[in-house]
Amino acid sequence: MNMVERMPAFPISVHRVVELTSDINADPKELVAIIEHDPVLLMRILKLANSPYFRLSQKITSVNHAVVIVGFNTVKNMALSIAAIGVLRLKTKSGFDMEGFLLHSLSTATIARLFAKNMRVPTKASFDYFLSGLLHDYGKIVFAHFKPLDFQRALIMAREKGIPLHEAEKEIFNIDHAQVGSILGEKWNLPSNLLDVMKTHHSQDCARPLLTDVVSASNQIGKELKIGEGGNPVMEKIPDQITGMFGADVEGIVGALGDVKGEIEQAMVFATM
Amino acid sequence: MKITFWGVRGSIPSPGPRTVRYGGNTTCIEIETDEGELIILDAGTGIFGLAQKLLKRLPVTCSIFFSHTHWDHIQGLPFFTPFFIPKNRLDIYGAFDPVSTRSIEDVLGRQMEYCYFPVREAELKAEIHYTTLHERQTIEIGRAKVTSILMNHPVLNFGYLIECNGKSVFFTGDHEPLYNIYRPDDDYYDEYEMLIADKNAGLVDLIERVDVLIVDAAYTSDEYPLKKGWGHGTFDAGISLAKKAGAKSLYFTHHEQLRSDDELDSILIDLGKRYPIGPEFPPYSIAQEGLVIEL
Repeated sequence: MNMVERMPAFPISVHRVVELTSDINADPKELVAIIEHDPVLLMRILKLANSPYFRLSQKITSVNHAVVIVGFNTVKNMALSIAAIGVLRLKTKSGFDMEGFLLHSLSTATIARLFAKNMRVPTKASFDYFLSGLLHDYGKIVFAHFKPLDFQRALIMAREKGIPLHEAEKEIFNIDHAQVGSILGEKWNLPSNLLDVMKTHHSQDCARPLLTDVVSASNQIGKELKIGEGGNPVMEKIPDQITGMFGADVEGIVGALGDVKGEIEQAMVFATM
Repeated sequence: MKITFWGVRGSIPSPGPRTVRYGGNTTCIEIETDEGELIILDAGTGIFGLAQKLLKRLPVTCSIFFSHTHWDHIQGLPFFTPFFIPKNRLDIYGAFDPVSTRSIEDVLGRQMEYCYFPVREAELKAEIHYTTLHERQTIEIGRAKVTSILMNHPVLNFGYLIECNGKSVFFTGDHEPLYNIYRPDDDYYDEYEMLIADKNAGLVDLIERVDVLIVDAAYTSDEYPLKKGWGHGTFDAGISLAKKAGAKSLYFTHHEQLRSDDELDSILIDLGKRYPIGPEFPPYSIAQEGLVIEL
């Protein structure tokens, strides 16, 4: 657990955080944007803001919320101290493509946000959709970074047997990325709706909140559009709650959501140097 | 309850003929409850004068609450003479530093390291207890209650509400009212506005009908645009907060280091024209070293 707290962020965001924090006149919203497009930075800032040191009466659910409560300079210096750890290795022994993973996370987040907009989710709640999409697969980078060789076996097993990656992870680690992400999230006092997304985004056999179903659907749509790489060879069905609203046809859903590719391209700015 | 200002200057001590009336020492406020409990807010250079007074009533038992640990709020602490005298008891409170992950004890201990001060923290003779506070924690000191609330400054900063026998005082510490970092046409603008409104409502709710409100008013509204983001408030923002909270009186402190006494007088006259004291605006004054408020 302590090791995970020392996990470095993606190189592009580390580079930009260092650049921004050395400019005293940097625009706060630029830093917020960098943090909320990097799963590692985002998790750490949420962890900080929800830590027992503050014991806030409500959970901090966004980077902006953290900035308002603990102040911009504290968030900025936290981001800088995470940047000082170093950069995440993009090529690990697992063979897992970390850059592809970042794209997968960003596309899931962006599609989830488009769902929220389309469903007219109230402004405050709508930001949970992007955040949950970005963090839903957090457990995978933990595996890839800390257990690369075992994770490689899981990736190969899933591909060769044609089984979902989380099932292969369970075979190898006795735990899957959904559980790893949610255990960390629970330990770090993250908001319960985010924990639910992390924990049950592959569990279609239970009734799930709309947010979880949206992230689950966004995950599949991103795969269908071949944006990024999450390492899972198996497509899952779009949850009933979503097909009930948008129909079962992925192309139809994408059409209803608006300019999906354009929005994802905008988010990709945060994934490329 | 008796409130005494021992230091009202911001950033750096500013002695000299231009500041002799309002005072050049940095922040320190003494609160003595009806039962004689002693609560000190911040240990800027003003605390040295308070220390001289306390030497006449040994042994001293007091509680020092730090709004935050920037130099101008801690630099008097090593010279707080009761530290060096056995049988005194000092309870020290302040925020955790999430960036360096250090407690208030560690943060304050640093300024008494060998390079900075000849006496090490371990060599102090008084009985000293440290408590790292969290948001909205209430500490009971005799019949007084001190409650912390996070304000807005480039380091964690607690405002403190002190309540005792039906009377109350609130000190913001260093505080810049929150502002939206987005433009109205940005996606996040509305969300940020809501977050600010929630935070402000929580503050107003905590300090509603406070008897004495002491605010950071480092800048005039004309000066503020160039100082935005530096973590300090304005006179106008102080009056606005007092009005929203229904404060019964308002004191401006953290005077900008270059501000002369005459300039402070002029600001007060100007405010009087724009905010006439009466049903709409509570009485307000400029905090002055040595000023005592009795409640």
